[in-house]
Amino acid sequence: MRNKNRIIQLTFSYAVILAMIVIILYPILWIVGSSFNPGNSLSGSSIIPKDATLKHYKELFDPQQSDYLIWYWNTIKICILTMVFSVALVCMTAYSFSRFRFVGRKNGLMTFLILQMIPNFAALIAIYALANLTGLLDTHLALILVYTGGAIPMNTYLMKGYLDTIPKELDESARMDGAGNLRIFWQIVMPLAKPMIAVISLFTFITPFTDFILARILLRTEEKFTLAVGLYELIADQFGNEFTLFAAGSVLIALPISLLFLSLQKYFVSGLTAGGTKG
Amino acid sequence: MGEQERQPTTNHRKIALALSVIPGLGQFYNKQWLKGAGFFILIASFFIAFSDLLQFGFWGLFTLGTDPTYDHSIVLLVEGILTLIITILGAAFYGFNLRDAFKVGKQRDFNEAPNSIRAQYQNLIGGGFPYLMMTPGFLLLVFVVIFPILFVILLSFTNYDLYHSPPASLVDWVGIQNFIDIFQIPIWRETFFSVLAWTIIWTFGATTLQIALGIFLAVLMNQKGIILQKTIRTIFILPWAVPAFVSILVFAGMFNETFGTINRDILAVFGLGDIPWLTNPTYTKIALILIQTWLGFPFIFAMVTGVLQSIPNELYEAADVDGASIFQKFRGITLPLVLYATAPILITQYTFNFNNFNVIFLFNGGGPAVPDQNAGGTDILISWIYSLTMTSAQYGKAAAITMILSLIVISVALWQFRRTKSFQEEDMM
Repeated sequence: MRNKNRIIQLTFSYAVILAMIVIILYPILWIVGSSFNPGNSLSGSSIIPKDATLKHYKELFDPQQSDYLIWYWNTIKICILTMVFSVALVCMTAYSFSRFRFVGRKNGLMTFLILQMIPNFAALIAIYALANLTGLLDTHLALILVYTGGAIPMNTYLMKGYLDTIPKELDESARMDGAGNLRIFWQIVMPLAKPMIAVISLFTFITPFTDFILARILLRTEEKFTLAVGLYELIADQFGNEFTLFAAGSVLIALPISLLFLSLQKYFVSGLTAGGTKG
Repeated sequence: MGEQERQPTTNHRKIALALSVIPGLGQFYNKQWLKGAGFFILIASFFIAFSDLLQFGFWGLFTLGTDPTYDHSIVLLVEGILTLIITILGAAFYGFNLRDAFKVGKQRDFNEAPNSIRAQYQNLIGGGFPYLMMTPGFLLLVFVVIFPILFVILLSFTNYDLYHSPPASLVDWVGIQNFIDIFQIPIWRETFFSVLAWTIIWTFGATTLQIALGIFLAVLMNQKGIILQKTIRTIFILPWAVPAFVSILVFAGMFNETFGTINRDILAVFGLGDIPWLTNPTYTKIALILIQTWLGFPFIFAMVTGVLQSIPNELYEAADVDGASIFQKFRGITLPLVLYATAPILITQYTFNFNNFNVIFLFNGGGPAVPDQNAGGTDILISWIYSLTMTSAQYGKAAAITMILSLIVISVALWQFRRTKSFQEEDMM
């Protein structure tokens, strides 16, 4: 009886697992198949194309025919700069909040707590109008500034939570030995905070990468686009007519990012969990 | 500073505080000449440097311009906010001046020697260090996060739209007219409530489904005797690994009515090959919820898997001894423990979907269009705000709706944080 139950349970489990695998992999296989499809549109094609071709990939890599490489470069540039600025600012701010008791500290923490609740694109009218007024519309600088500013509240909370777990006795003994504030920050605390720096770097790199709305509002000309906006334009402009090109473009984005993500997945889970429970 | 119980005989602290109404005088009274002079000069130069801006800025903020040929209302609004921020910074410094005079006066009352200049200098460097470290981040935050928020708040009380927009004409303060309009003009009211209703259904439907599926699969995979556990788990994580905007656009292609594979290859087998996924709002809504479930369950799955592995086996063994069934074990042990450990994150999933612009916009642009309202059939609040801003230039109304949306998000978030332990601690963490 017990054994029979067990068999039913396992059969059911494998059936569910199999179904899920199909549901997950089907879109992926479909888009990969489409990207090798010789035609421009999909009409009359099958999932596994009979005469597979790499011509769409070649087209993407040819600067004469598409801006794809420029978009890739733009995105990488914006992501890396956002990451560097955010990590620097977050570390400095979080260190102050964690190690010093100063006037305004509590109110500051409270402000950060509230700010991290509102997504920064909620103020998209203001961001658009302000960028327009300051002449920063259609510049990458505007985008980097907005991403960095938006990353500060939540990540500062994450970082502060981590720094609070590093014993203050370490600071004190270094101070006894005559180390100044900057030196303690740079040589004692920061090296110990490396795991959290890694998490925050990941977050602040991937957020601009996957953002669509802010880039869409701020960027106007095609050479300035990020991948998200560019890919959208590719499909929205002439839906279906360039679908295979779009498919190739998607594969080239999804592949490296997925590999990066899968290899660093545990950082994502730990970071998001810490943010949710401690924030 | 130690707590002291004895009553002082002198009253330097109050006198110093009163004198400090003119910055610096209180410090002079406390015989801190250099500091007093510094304070006085700083405040005086603040007034001299900014007096024009203060006057003009507040004038602009109050009137939003009087003559469309010279005044650009939005520029005036921005300058007005800038003035407001500068005023607040000035007031903060003024407050600091009062506090300082009071503090030093109190030290004198208790016969403590006021700090020497050297000690003051060290105090300033030491005490100033956190401020110094925070300034760059704080400034950026003020200008790219707080400034836009103030701007939206103020904008929601103006009539800024296509017909009232500089340079052709001026923008005016209209009080809460935007909010009244949204609830009184029929087309706005109906649109607002139908968008709000769908936003709520969307938030609860999509989020609950993705959470349920994530937990279900995590429990399923946690059974003993499943082969290839690691590989299957990796496959289950895949939808999270692919950037969401790519997956959503791919889905938009899959659901496309002319060449999409859903109708052509899958449903055609069952003879259902002509479902209007992108032109009928109901079908679009179903597709959206299914897509979000696909996109969202892996994170829950990964997180719950972590929690499950930390549940001690003895609990299940004890349940086995009592003869509990699988479902009883799940309801009595697994689910409570998982929900307890992940509740705050689950709530953030709801607020995330409430503002999930990407999936709505990238899948079908908020469409299809429906008659008798000025939002698409699947627009949620945030994507409606987007189209009001970017396509129909209804800035004032969009700002008002943004305010309503933020109010909802903040109250949910505050309610959540109030329940977490960290909020109640002195340290807030």
